[in-house]
Amino acid sequence: MEELIFPIFIFVLAIFVGFEVITKVPPTLHTPLTSGSNAISGITIVGSLVAAGERNLELSTIFGFIAVVAAMINVIGGFLVTDRMLKMFKRKK
Amino acid sequence: MIPSWAVNLVYLVSSCLFIFGLKMLSSVRTARRGNLIAAFGMLFAIVVTLFDRNILSFEWIIAGVILGTLLGALLAFTTKMTAMPQMVALLNGFGGLASALVAWSEFLNLSGPLNWFLLLTIVLGTFVGFITFTGSMVAYGKLEGVIPQQPITYPLQKTGNLILLLVIIGMGFFLFKNPSDHRFFWALAGLSFVLGVLPVLPIGGADMPVVICLLNSYSGIAAAIAGFILMNQMLIIAGSLVGASGIILCQIMCRAMNRSLINVIFGAFGKVEKGTTSKVYEGVKSCDAEETAMILGNAQLVIIVPGYGMAVSRAQHAVRELADLLEARGAKVKYAVHPVAGRMPGHMNVLLAEADVPYDQVFEMDQINPEFEQTDVALVIGANDVVNPSARNEPGSPIYGMPILNVDEARSVIVVKRSLSPGFAGIKNPLFENENTLMLFEDAKAAVEQIIRELKET
Repeated sequence: MEELIFPIFIFVLAIFVGFEVITKVPPTLHTPLTSGSNAISGITIVGSLVAAGERNLELSTIFGFIAVVAAMINVIGGFLVTDRMLKMFKRKK
Repeated sequence: MIPSWAVNLVYLVSSCLFIFGLKMLSSVRTARRGNLIAAFGMLFAIVVTLFDRNILSFEWIIAGVILGTLLGALLAFTTKMTAMPQMVALLNGFGGLASALVAWSEFLNLSGPLNWFLLLTIVLGTFVGFITFTGSMVAYGKLEGVIPQQPITYPLQKTGNLILLLVIIGMGFFLFKNPSDHRFFWALAGLSFVLGVLPVLPIGGADMPVVICLLNSYSGIAAAIAGFILMNQMLIIAGSLVGASGIILCQIMCRAMNRSLINVIFGAFGKVEKGTTSKVYEGVKSCDAEETAMILGNAQLVIIVPGYGMAVSRAQHAVRELADLLEARGAKVKYAVHPVAGRMPGHMNVLLAEADVPYDQVFEMDQINPEFEQTDVALVIGANDVVNPSARNEPGSPIYGMPILNVDEARSVIVVKRSLSPGFAGIKNPLFENENTLMLFEDAKAAVEQIIRELKET
């Protein structure tokens, strides 16, 4: 039980940080926020890499491979499209 | 080989970069750098993970990374700004799928005595991940028009979904009794697939902003659960940040539609109550582009209210050109954006930015509402329910209490709309009958281009 408390601690505190940070994002940027945070949720790539890196080809390796592809689309697509959008926001000259 | 404390140190740095990146999204000026910083956090995390001692072969990893990168880049560069909601739905889905498969492959690698917490998180991760995946695919299909945008209803909608959920919980229970019996796991995964599809089907197009935010939140939660499975703090932190972000946006959207979040999560908002009041319009005055150009030509302050109709006909560039013309004649032009205009939060802002409209000319509802009284012309382009005064004046109306843009307070209102057909809420809009309202029945882009031509001639 002892080792479970620690990650739950992190989880709860991170949610608080999330609320604090996200509420400050202006409505103008809500679409880039959605796509950008989406890219961050592609962090599962870390788990996918380990699953895809097994020596023997088993079902779990195949799942790992698909997960790497999906997470990579999420990461690359998310960050690039967010940048493409943010590039367009300009002040009045 | 890198020791595990060093790997975790890099993960800590990545977590901080994610938080910094999101923090910099609080201002338009720093937002782009913020996104870049978060992307670097991701890069560090990926690179250091490749040194993990559990990774023994790289063929599949390299193939997966290359394939995913190409597909992701292709999507990012080819997607039209009007199609951004679909793109986000698709990305949400892929995030969910990755998390579910990570959980599943951890299940396949389970060994030794039963660790109930690990099994619980694996089950939860698979469940949330697959729901996110199939739910997002349905949302994508609806936004893209592959699946009809109208609410698709079926018998026993709520009861059926509840029973399905109970069956999934039952499967989980049996799995705990026999962790080695993979059939329960397959059943659980398959039913989660189905449970993702069913609740999204009944949701109509204009409610998509809420669904997108909710699925965004789910994809974050799925990543956080994967963090619990792998006991990886960075995943927990990044996942919770995204989970919180989705929930906050969801709340903002719900408030802007006067619906509760609970009402949304339990899928009770499939069918909006159709208004019982008559939909017959009386005394509607219509006008043509020439007349509109004349009225706009004499205005001092013009507020443009874009809605989904502008996105559909891709009229944002024409709208910008019109605004430039009016400004050249000495008028002041502002844009008013309702929180749920379009198909995802901030959709209109991105489209206007694409057309080079400066962001300091675009205002949110609460900022701009007091200004309509002094406005000469409110030009409504492809918006309907968000400017319906029934929300303010008729306690019996299904949308009563929803905050709206008070365009009816402007000296004159011009509504560009193809017909008098009702908006998503399916109710009459008394604005169209008002003394000071003129209707320009035309597709948004065609109408604005005609107005521009007329203005240039005078």
